[in-house]
Formats: sequence, structure tokens, C-alpha cells
Amino acid sequence: AVESSDSEEEDLVSYGSGLQPLQEGERIKKPVPLQEQTVKDAKGRYQRFHGAFTGGFSAGYFNTVGTKEGWTPSAFVSSRQKRADRTILGPEDFMDEEDLSEFGIAPKDITTTDDFASKAKDRIKEKARQIAGVVAPIPGTTAFDDLIGPSKITVGVELLRKMGWKEGQGIGPRVKRKPCRQKPDPTVKIYGCALPPGLSEDSEDEEDEYQPENVTFAPKDVMPVDLTPKDNVHGLGYKGLDPSQALFGVSGREHLNLFIGGSEETSKLLGDLRHSKGRKLGITGQAFGVGALEEEDDDIYATDTLSKYDTVLKDEEPGDGLYGWTAPKQYKSKKRPEREFKYVGKILDGFSLASKSSAPVKIYPPPSLPRNYRPVHYFRPVIIAGNENCYLQKALEESTGKLESDPAQQSRHALNAAQRREQLGETELKGPAPSILEYLSEKDRERLKEMKQACEQQVKAKIVSQQSPKDRFQPASPEDAAYKWRMLLGGQLANAGSSDFKPFAKNPEKQKRYENFVKSLKKGEKDTLERFLDPNMTEWERGREQEEFFRAAMFYRSSNSTLSSRFTRAKYEDDVDKVEVPRDQENDIDDKETAVKMKMFGKLTRDIFEWHPDKLLCKRFNVRDPYPDSSVVGLPKVKRDKYSVFNFLTMPEPTTSVTQATNEKIQESNSLNKPKKPSRWDVSDKEKEKKDYVSEFISLARSKADVHQQPPVPATEECGAGTSEPIPALVANEDKNQEEESGRPPMDLFKAIFVSSSDEKSSSSEEESDEEQQPTTSERESETTKQVDVPGSSSSNVQESVTATTDSGISSLPTSKQELDATEEFGPKLPPAFSSGRFCKHLDRKEKHRKIRERHKSKKERKRKKEKKKKHKKQKNKGKHKNKKPEKDSSSDTTDSSDSLSDMDTTGLSPEELLRR
Amino acid sequence: GSYCLTCGSDKTLKLWNPHKGTALRTYQGHGYEVLDAAGSFDNSQICSGGADKAVALWDVTTGQVVRKYRGHAGNVNCVQFNEEATVIVSGSIDSTVRCWDCRSRRPDPIQVLDEAKDGISSVKLSAHEILTGSVDGRVRRYDLRTGQLCSDYIGSPITSVCFSKDGQCVLAASLDSTLRLLDKDTGELLGEYTGHRSTTYRLDCVLNEQDTHVGCASEDGHVYFWNLVEGSLALSLPVGQGVVQSLAFHPRLPCLLVATQGQVTLWREDTFQPE
Repeated sequence: AVESSDSEEEDLVSYGSGLQPLQEGERIKKPVPLQEQTVKDAKGRYQRFHGAFTGGFSAGYFNTVGTKEGWTPSAFVSSRQKRADRTILGPEDFMDEEDLSEFGIAPKDITTTDDFASKAKDRIKEKARQIAGVVAPIPGTTAFDDLIGPSKITVGVELLRKMGWKEGQGIGPRVKRKPCRQKPDPTVKIYGCALPPGLSEDSEDEEDEYQPENVTFAPKDVMPVDLTPKDNVHGLGYKGLDPSQALFGVSGREHLNLFIGGSEETSKLLGDLRHSKGRKLGITGQAFGVGALEEEDDDIYATDTLSKYDTVLKDEEPGDGLYGWTAPKQYKSKKRPEREFKYVGKILDGFSLASKSSAPVKIYPPPSLPRNYRPVHYFRPVIIAGNENCYLQKALEESTGKLESDPAQQSRHALNAAQRREQLGETELKGPAPSILEYLSEKDRERLKEMKQACEQQVKAKIVSQQSPKDRFQPASPEDAAYKWRMLLGGQLANAGSSDFKPFAKNPEKQKRYENFVKSLKKGEKDTLERFLDPNMTEWERGREQEEFFRAAMFYRSSNSTLSSRFTRAKYEDDVDKVEVPRDQENDIDDKETAVKMKMFGKLTRDIFEWHPDKLLCKRFNVRDPYPDSSVVGLPKVKRDKYSVFNFLTMPEPTTSVTQATNEKIQESNSLNKPKKPSRWDVSDKEKEKKDYVSEFISLARSKADVHQQPPVPATEECGAGTSEPIPALVANEDKNQEEESGRPPMDLFKAIFVSSSDEKSSSSEEESDEEQQPTTSERESETTKQVDVPGSSSSNVQESVTATTDSGISSLPTSKQELDATEEFGPKLPPAFSSGRFCKHLDRKEKHRKIRERHKSKKERKRKKEKKKKHKKQKNKGKHKNKKPEKDSSSDTTDSSDSLSDMDTTGLSPEELLRR
Repeated sequence: GSYCLTCGSDKTLKLWNPHKGTALRTYQGHGYEVLDAAGSFDNSQICSGGADKAVALWDVTTGQVVRKYRGHAGNVNCVQFNEEATVIVSGSIDSTVRCWDCRSRRPDPIQVLDEAKDGISSVKLSAHEILTGSVDGRVRRYDLRTGQLCSDYIGSPITSVCFSKDGQCVLAASLDSTLRLLDKDTGELLGEYTGHRSTTYRLDCVLNEQDTHVGCASEDGHVYFWNLVEGSLALSLPVGQGVVQSLAFHPRLPCLLVATQGQVTLWREDTFQPE
């Protein structure tokens, strides 16, 4: 058995190289993935495969030349002794080595040149050229080639020529030509082998018919029979496709001709082409199609289209091909219907083509839109009937809605809160309707009410008769409106100062009209109103405008005097809802000032920002662009929603750390310069603790908000530490306590407190919130300078901080000056309706209310004290700042903050003190 | 080194040879008083800025305004060429610094540096930095190479800033009658120089040719020099009665130009040899 197997193995033939035997424990090698298989040429250069159409391989290195670097520049050296000669680069300079080798595109091996070649003309070649001359787009061009080309004629030919021989003639005495012409049988198609071109020569010719008797011809040129031995296995007489013929002689049309009318042409093989028509040439019996060597293959696609073929088999109609457009009438009319319908398919049984075409479908074009059309649905404000202050509300709504003059230009900020709520589909708030009434004094309110009732009775009748109250755009008749509004406005119009308030600032003409209107209204002129309105306007417009004016005058009377002093012009356009805010801002200079005073320059006084110089500037300064791929110029800016709460919030850090920071700050400010005032803190401990939590918390939220807009400040703790050293044990103690405290109090507490502020309408609540506000803002401001790098993230805290800030928004509504200052720097005013609703949900906690009420009393007392204090401090601070030059926005902040600093130390101190007691 | 430019409220600039005291040329073309002027490195061009809110680029030899850049909203307090005189940097009381391109015909600035909160009182350039002093009490250094803006808070309005010759320090004069030498990289205070009076005017400060002394004009008619390292007052040069408005130190030689009350005086040693 063994032997046999051996012998068997010997018999086997093995191909390829065997796999290497696997060793034990060795893992089977993974095959190289396809994308990593590379092809290298003989020189080790990488080659990339391309499509077959581009020749298989790319040229050079990844389609470039030579090296990875592409062109390698040659060093230019020229000296006096050795001048650099100008080298003219030929195509060979850009070729690879293998291109120059035997099989490359430019072989460089030794060949016989023409000088040494035999002088005999290559006839086949010549003929091919002549064929080309006929076929070529410009016939006869090849003749010129002959003229231009150098004559390389052997001596023998020259002699012959001198003896009268011409090319193409045979040699010998002139003969009379015999008319015997043997034509091959036209029906016979010859496929397969072609007759050698030389032999087919006598297969011509045409003009043999008339031959004068006495004319002699030169004998036919005899092509020597070539006696090449057959050394291949092709069939007898087979000749491969002659490149020269394929190149020049044949075009696509002839290929087709093969099939169509081949019979004649087959007989005429390449003959003496001087007389034959080149068009008739064809290749018979040879391979056909476009050869690899054939250049012009586009011809095929150009000539052979489907339209050339009949696609439908049908009986030839008798007269069909006979007549063109000149066909007799009968014939034409018969054909017409078919032509008209252009229906080619088969008509079903029982159906016939309609003689009448159906009426064309009428197309209604869409209506052209008016130029200022906005594709937004406009919700009409729905006024809740029976609401107490119906008129006022209406006035409010419409005035705010219309104040931007044209409804077309109304931005969405022009909507008031109620309208917005409606659009958002939110439920109405349970809280008190935010109306002006709240801000009016008790007396005013009553007076208004009376007036309203009076006018209601009077007007009602008219309204009912004249107009549907819902229709917003229906103008009241001028007298009516004037009357109505006069009633409403009453004598208070007298102080309706329109000088600084411009409700129609966007439309100067309208504003002018409005001002005139107000003036006249003040004087009490009734009919002059009409006069000021634009005479070009329609009645409807006038009526509307008048109403608008009334409302504007009415609305802004109330707010004008009290509020205008508090607000400045908007920094940003109102209708832009995104505001570009510099990402980094130079932060508070408050502590910097102290640093400067202490001459602690360096980290404390330095802010470093990312700054993007303009690309051109870098270029001009010959400096590389530090941020090559940023398109920002200057300080990077961030787009923010103008009204978003999140302007003021970032993801807060874990609360503890931040509270610590605040505490530290508190301590610091304590230790810095403020003495303690224990006498103020006589109120019950428990409450204070709570309150402090809250204020702390709010301050946290706010500080985060602020820090959000400010760059990370190099740690100021150093400063704090340095200053707090002199107070040794006390501070340390406090610190410990603080840390214990720093855990967050339960959520209920916040809710209870926040609820209270929105719940109570009375002035006491205002006071309370007011008081709450002060410490918080102050803490916040002082703290912002402290904050280091906020963007930590703990999602749980976000919610709470939101509530905290919103609450601060609420409490800032009541008009205490301090607060206004504080909120102003927050940016744009918060919409009033924003305040009340959110926290009303928690109203039902009754026990908390009781607590809070208790607190109010105590706080009132405190407040009074505090107010005094504050005044005092303010004066002090102002004195401090007086000698300073007025600075811009920032300076106002600093004064504020310094104000609040003084407050802060009183409030911020509380927990520590309490604990110590 | 060998030329001196003055500009004044007669709406002209004048080019002098301070060593001989000859006026070489007068450049007219500003609409209001000219507040600052600077020459290019090759002395072929002059830039100036004035109360007409325009920055002008002059050709020295022809005396013509080559270009005028308008865009500032207020008086142009200070102008500087960059090293290759391809950019003019101008600071204005509109609190912006604008970089104007001298190469192209662009009418608007390449970049506006509007970080300052108040007017720019002084601008200086190094190879890759723009140093600005502002009335908001900050010295801002825009580093083009690193793409950073360093803002150092000084507190009191800055009247003049300058780089030290070694490029390591920044000297800032402020209206609290103090000169401060700050470390450029860290912003730390290296020295403080007081003794002069500077409370209302925009006065210049200089470093001498070897960075050994710090000089500053004063409102009491003196020019003060301090030892840079020790901070001690080295010299108080009585120049005139009124305010010394401007001063400039020769870039390489101990030679000082002082402008006060409509006259420019040149101070140098007796043995001084002009180049």
C-alpha cells in the first residue's frame, strides 16, 4: 500500500507553490483584503488600475509623473565657465523607461531607416493611401502629401520615367487592349478568403465599352506573384485584417453595405484604384467590425440609427413610395386622418377613433398674489367677552398689535402675550390678567372703571347698530371713535407727552400725523382730527388710523410718564430675534480695580481671548494665519435667542461646588472691608435660613447666567485667600458650616417661596420679592466675577435653575428701581405675561402661605431698615466713583454691583451668623 | 532717525531735518487739525490722521495725498504703519482701531478692532502685534501670530503705550500720573514710575534707545526720565512752561525730540554726531 501510494504521488503533477504547512498553535493567516492588494511594475513602482478605456494602467505616479512629489525640478546651474545650455525637452523626457523599451510607445531599438530601406515603393501602402485620399473628408489631400514628401526614387525608376514610363503602367510595348473581361458571377458572395489585391486588378473596368481602334495602351502593370511560403495554420489564402486597409480604406458605411447590396461590390476587390470609386470598396470575407487599430469608430454610431430601419411590417401601399408631398389630392386625403391622430396602436374591436377630439381641459392659472402677501395665517385676537376690562384689553391688544403701523410689517414680537399664548395653544393662566390696571393706583382704577361703564352704556347701542364688534378692521365712524376715546382718555390726555415716545417711528409721516393728532387732542379740538389724516387715504384707512392713534395715545399715556425714565433705547433691533453676542466679554472690572489698587497686576488684570485676525491682515503682516480654517474675524461671536431664558443660563455645575464658590465670595467680601452688623438680624432663625438658601440658589442660577456671557476668569481665589488670611479661625469655622449647609434644600421650599411672590398681589409681596431680589442680584454680580469655567453639566439642576431665574424675572416686574437696574442689564425686558402663569400651579399649598404671610410682616420691618442703609451706602459709593471718568455700559454695572455689594454683606452673612448663635 | 514729522492744528504736516532745523516739506490736505502722523520704514510714505476722521497716506516726495481712508466715526488719535508699510493702523475716539490696506484700493478697512469700550489713545505695532491703549483703562495687545487678544486692565485712562525695544515689555502711561511697565506675556507689573503730572492731556511716553530709561512728557513743562530697573527718577528736563505734548526718542542714538507749545526741541549731548 505504501509503495503504491508513493508511486501515485510520483505520477501527480503539481501546479503552483504549495501552502506552507501550518505549525501548531499558529493561526491561519488572513488573506490580504482586496483593497490592500497592490500592483507593482518591474521597477517596483505602484501602479493603479484604471478602466480599460484609459489603457489599463495609469501613467506615472498616480497619474502624475515620476515621483511622489510629481515633477522633480532639476537644479539650474550656470557659471561663467560652464554656461547652462538650454535644454529643449522632448516627449521622451517625460516618459518612463519602459515606454522607451522594445514594446513601449516609443521603442528605441535599432531599426533600418528609410535611407537603407529598399527603394521599391510599398504599393499596398500607397494604394491604401490613395483610397484614403478619396474617402477622406477633403478628397485629394493625400496627393499633396506626395508632392511635399521627399522623392526617394531609385535609379531604375528614374530611368524608366525618362523612357516614358508612368507609374501604374506596366512595362513593355504598348498593346491594344482586349475587351475580354471576365466578370465574376455577381450572385456569388465570397466570404472567408479574399483575393489578393494584386490579382483582382483585372476585375475592373467601366470605360471599356467604347475603345477607339487605333489607340494603344501601355501594358497592365503586373504585380509580381509573391511566393511567400505558407507557414501558418490559417486557411489557404487567408489574410488577416490588413491594418492599412482597416485604417484608411473602410468606414462604417461599407460595413453596412456588406449586407445590403453586397453582390456588386464583392466582385470589386481592391483593384487599380485610380479609376474605381472608393465608396464601393468593401471588405469581403474578412473580419469586419471596428478593429482595435481602427481610429474612427464614431462613424458607426453616427450613421446607424434605428430610424433607418422599418419597425413595422406592413403591406406596401401601392402609391406609397411614389408620391412625396406632391401626391395627388385623393391620395393625400386618404392618408390624412391617420396622420392627425398619430395613433399607432391597434384599435380594439367595437371601438373606433373619435371623429371629434374632446374639448381641451381648461386650465385656470393660480391667482397672482399681492406683492406684500405673507403666507402666514393670521389669528384674530379673540377677546374674552365679559371680561372686566374688556375695552382696555382690547385697546392693549390692538395697540400692541398695530403699533408697528402696518399689519403686513408686524413681526411676531408685536403680538402680545395673550396672542402668543393663543398661537401656541397654551391654556390661559389662572393668575391675574396682566393689565395696566394693576399698575395704576387704586383711585385711577376706580375712575377708569366708572368712565368705562358710562361709555359702555352709551356706545353699546351704537356698536350694535353699526358694526359687529368682532370685526377688527371695521373702522368706527370718526365721530363715534373720537367720542369713545375721549371718554376713555378723559382729561388725562393732557400729559400725554408724545415728544419722546414714537409709536410710529417706522413711518415718519404717520408719526407726524400722530403727533399732530395728539396735540389737537390735547387742545380738545374734535373735528380737527380729520384734518391731520392723510387726504390721499381712503375713508376706511383714515378711520382705522384714527382709531389707532387713539389707542396709541391712550396706551402710552399710561406707561409713558412712569416708565420712560426707566428704559433706554433698545440696543438691538426689535424684530431681530437673534442677537450676536460676543462669546467672551471682558468681565467685571470690579475686582480688577481692587487688584490694581493692590498693584497685583498679572493674572488678575489680564483677560485673554481668542481673537481671529483677518486673513489679509495676516498676509500683510507676513504672519501665518493662526486660525487658517475659521471664517470668523475678530472675537468669536455666538448667536443667541434674544428673549430666551437660556441666554442667562448654562448647564450648571454640580451645585455644591458653586455654592462653595459663592460662600467663598461671601467670606471674601466679608473679610475684605465690611464690618458685620449683627443688630439687623433679629428675625426668627428658621425663616432666615430658608430665605438664605433661596437667595443663594437664585444667585447661583443668575451667576451662571452671567458667567455664561463671560470668559473664564483666572482664579480670583488667590486674592480672596490672600485677604482672608488675617481673619483666621472665624472664617475657617464658617467654612465648615458652609460646607455642611451647601447641600440643596428640598424643592418644596423653593416652590413655596416662589409661589408666594407671584401669588400675592398686594404691595407686601412686592416688597418681599423686592427684598429677596436685592441680595440675590448683588450676590450674583459679585459672584460672576468669581466664577471659573462653568460649562459643567448636570441635567438635574437645569430645571431648577430655570425656575429660579424665571422667578427673578417675576420679581423684577414690580418697579423698584434697584431691581430695574439689575434686570436691565439682563438684556431685553421679559414679556410681562411670562411671569405669572408658571408658578401658579403650586398655589394650592396652603400651609406654606401661612408661613409666608408671617414672614411678610417681619420682612416689612426689615425692609424699612434696609432702605435707609442702602441710601447711605449708595451715597458713599457714588462719592467713590465720582472722580472717575464716565464710562460706558460697564461702569453702570459696576456702580450697581458695588451698591449691591454693600447689601450683600448684610444678607449674605446671615447663615453663618445664625449658625453661630 | 534723521527726519522729524510734526503735525498740528494748522491742518498740515511738516517734515523737518531736526539736526539742521530746516523744514523740508509741508503736506497740506487734511480738513481739520492733524492729530498724529507716522512715517514708513523706507521714508517714502507718511500716514496721518486727524480730526477730519480721515486717515491719509502721503507720498513724501510729491507731497500729495496718495489715499484717504474714511471710516472712523471720530477723531483719529493715532496712526501707525506696520513694518513693511503695507498696513496703516489707526485708533480713534470712536473706540475702534482700524487696519487699512495700503496695497489694494479697498476703501474699507481690512479689519476693525472694536473691543475697546472707549476711545483709543495710542496704537503701536510690532512685527506681529498691535498694541492699543484705550481710555477705558485697558491695554490691549492683539497678537496676530497666536491669534490672541490680551487685555490688561490698568484702571485709569491710558494715554500712551509703547513696546520696549526688546519686545518683552509694554510701557503704558495713564492719566493717574503713572507709567507702568508690564510684562508682555504675563501682564505682570515690572515697574511703576511716578513723579510727573499727567491728568488731562494725551501725553507720550518713550523708552530710550537702550531700554535703560523710561521717559514721559508731563504737564508741568518737564520731561521726566526714570531708570527702568530701579524706578528712580533719573532726570527731569525742563523744556518749557506749558504742557509737553509729545516726545520721541531716536531709535538708535541718545537723542530726544520734544514738542511743546508749538515748538519742537531737540535734545542731545554735545558730542552727538548725527548719522
